[in-house]
Amino acid sequence: MNPRLTRNELLRRGAAGGALLAFPSLLAACGGGGGDSSSSGEVNDVLNFSNWPYYIDTPDSLKAAGLTGVPTTLKQFETKTKIKVNYYEDINSNSEYFGTIQGRLRNGDGIGRDIIVSTDNDRYLGQYLNNDWALKLDKDLIPNISNLIPAQASPPFDPNREYTLPWFSGMDGIAWNEEVTEPITTVTQLLTDPKLKGRVGVWNSMGDTLGLIMLENGDDPAKVTDETFDRAIAVVQKAQDAGQIRRFYGNDYAQPLAKGDLAASMAWSGDIFLLNDPKVKWGIAKSGGIIFTDNMLIPLGGSVPTASTYMNFVYDPKIAAQLALGAGYISSVAGVKDEAAKLNPDAADNTLVFPTDEMLGQLHQNDPTMFSNPDYEKKWLAVQGK
Amino acid sequence: MGTFFHRHRGATPYLLLAPGVLWLAIFFVIPLAFLGYESLQSGLFPNFEFTWQFSNFSDGIRDYHTQLLRSFVYAGIATLACLVLAYPLVYWIAFRAGAWRNLFLLFIVAPFFVTYLVRTLAWLNILADEGPVVGILRDLHILGPDGRLLATTFAVVSGITYNFFPFMALPIYVSLEQMDARLLEAAKDLYASPIQAFIRVTLPLSAPGIVAGTLLTFIPAAGDFINAALLGTPNQAMIGNVIQSKFLESLDYPSAAALSFILMGLILVALLVYARIVGSERLTG
Repeated sequence: MNPRLTRNELLRRGAAGGALLAFPSLLAACGGGGGDSSSSGEVNDVLNFSNWPYYIDTPDSLKAAGLTGVPTTLKQFETKTKIKVNYYEDINSNSEYFGTIQGRLRNGDGIGRDIIVSTDNDRYLGQYLNNDWALKLDKDLIPNISNLIPAQASPPFDPNREYTLPWFSGMDGIAWNEEVTEPITTVTQLLTDPKLKGRVGVWNSMGDTLGLIMLENGDDPAKVTDETFDRAIAVVQKAQDAGQIRRFYGNDYAQPLAKGDLAASMAWSGDIFLLNDPKVKWGIAKSGGIIFTDNMLIPLGGSVPTASTYMNFVYDPKIAAQLALGAGYISSVAGVKDEAAKLNPDAADNTLVFPTDEMLGQLHQNDPTMFSNPDYEKKWLAVQGK
Repeated sequence: MGTFFHRHRGATPYLLLAPGVLWLAIFFVIPLAFLGYESLQSGLFPNFEFTWQFSNFSDGIRDYHTQLLRSFVYAGIATLACLVLAYPLVYWIAFRAGAWRNLFLLFIVAPFFVTYLVRTLAWLNILADEGPVVGILRDLHILGPDGRLLATTFAVVSGITYNFFPFMALPIYVSLEQMDARLLEAAKDLYASPIQAFIRVTLPLSAPGIVAGTLLTFIPAAGDFINAALLGTPNQAMIGNVIQSKFLESLDYPSAAALSFILMGLILVALLVYARIVGSERLTG
C-alpha cells in the first residue's frame, strides 16, 4: 500500500526540491557558446548577412525594374566566389535588432552574422562602434572602396571608414494619397491642416521626424541645441494634442497610405518606390529633407575576410547599379547611374533612386550627438505617450 | 520502474515535482531575481551599476501613472466584455448544442491557430477607414462622415477583448459542462422561475469558471502592448508599450525592470481585492 501524501506535505516537499535547485552551475549552463564563425584568418565558404526586408535585388524586383534574364547579385556573388550567402531579412527596426543581439555582444560573443546593417540617424550605430562591437574592415580585400563617393568618405561616426561602408541611402520626405488630398508639400501643412486631421503619419524615429520639423522651423538638423530640439518637440506635441497625428510609424505607413487611412505621411523614398502605387506621390518638403544611410558593419565574431570580400563585390559599380535598381534606394558607389543606364535607360531616370543634384542639394544630415542624449530620448518617447 | 519507485518511496514526490520546479526556477524565479537586480541599477547603457536605485520605482509611478491606470481600465473593460459575450455563447454550447458542441468549441478556438500578431493586423483591415465596417456605420449615421474606428480607444479595447476571448470562454464552458442538469429540474420542481434558477443554481456553479476566466483574461490583458501599438494612438498607450519602448528603444533597462515590477505588484493587489470580493476559496478552487 502506498502512503498517501497530504496536500501540505506535497507543498513542503516541493519547496525543499526548489531549494535544492539554487546551484550556480545552472546559471553557467544557461550562457550560450560563442558564434561559430572565426574573426580572423581564411575566407569562409559561407557568409551570414542580416539586412532589412526588401533591401536587395530579387528576381521579382529586377523584373519590376525592367531587368530580365539577369541573375540576382547574390547569385552572381555565389557563382563568382563560391561563397554561399545566408541572407537573413531579420532587421525590422534598428532598436529591436539591437535589443535582440546586444546581450551576446556584451558578453563578447558572436551573433552568427558576418555583416549586419545599421542606420546612421539612430543611436545604435554609435553603440556598435563605441562599445567595440564592430570589427575593422580588411581594406586590402576591398580595392573597390575607391568607388565610394566623396560625400560618404568621412562621416562623423567613422571618419576614415575603418568599420563601416554604406549599403544604401534614402531620403526623408512627405508622401500623400492623391485620391484623398491635394499635394502636401510642407511639414506645417502636414501637421496643422485640419482637412488631414487624424490621417497623418509621422515616424517613430526621432532623427527623421524631428529633422524635417527642424528644417521647417528654420533650424539646422545637423547642429541640434536644447532650444531647437524643444522647439521641434513642441510642434509634434501640438499636432499630437490636436489629434492631427494618427500614429507614429516604423516602416508600416505605406499600406495605410495606399488604402487611404492615411491621407499623408512622412515617408522614406525607397518605401514609396517599392509601394509602386500611382496614387501615392512623394516629394521632398519645401524646407528640405534628411538623407540617411544604412551602413554595413562586421559584428563581433564575424569573419572579416569573408565580409570584406562581399563588400568589395558590391562596390563594383555594375553590381551596385543592379542592386540600386532592384532595391529602389540610393547607392553610394560612384558611376552607378551610368551603369544603371546600360542595364535599363528608363529605370535610370527614376529620381527616387538617382536623385538629381538639385534634390541632393535640399538634403541635410542629422546631428549624430542628438541620438546619445538620454534627455532627448526621454522627451521623444514622452511625446509618443511612452 | 515499479520496483524503483517502490524502493525509493520517499523520493517519489520529489521526482514528480522536479520537472515543474525546475521549469519554474529557470523560467520564472531566476529571471525575476535578475529583473529585480536590474531594477535597482543606475547609469547609461551598457554601463549599468547596482546602486540600490529605488527612485526607479518612484519615478516610474510619477511619470507613467496615466499609462498604468489606463492599462487597468482597458483590461477591466475588456475582461467584462469578454464575460458578457462569452457566457451566453458557451451556455448555449454546453446545454443546447448537443452533438455539435465540439464543432462550436472549435469555432471559438479556430482563430487562435493564427498567430497573435497576424490576428491583430487583420483588424487593421477590418476597421480601416475605407473598409466595410466603417462604411456601414457611416451609412447608418452611427459614425459621422469623418468618423473612424481605428486609432481609437474602442479599437484597442475591442482588440484586447477579441484576443483574450477564448481564455474567458473555455473555463466557463468547462464549469457549465460539468453541471448536473438535473439540478435545474429540481429547481423548477421547487417553483423557481428560470431567472431564479439561473441566479441560484447555474451562476454559482459556474463561478469557478468565471473566476478562472477573469484571471486568465485580465492578467495578460493588463500587460498587453500589441493592441495599443497597432490599433491605437499615443493617447491609448498602455504600460506594456512603455515597458517595451524602455527595453528596446531607449535601452533604459533599470526603468523598464522597475515598471515591470510595479505592474506585477499592482496586478497582485488587484487579485487580492478580487479575492476578497469573490471569496478566496474560489481563487484556489
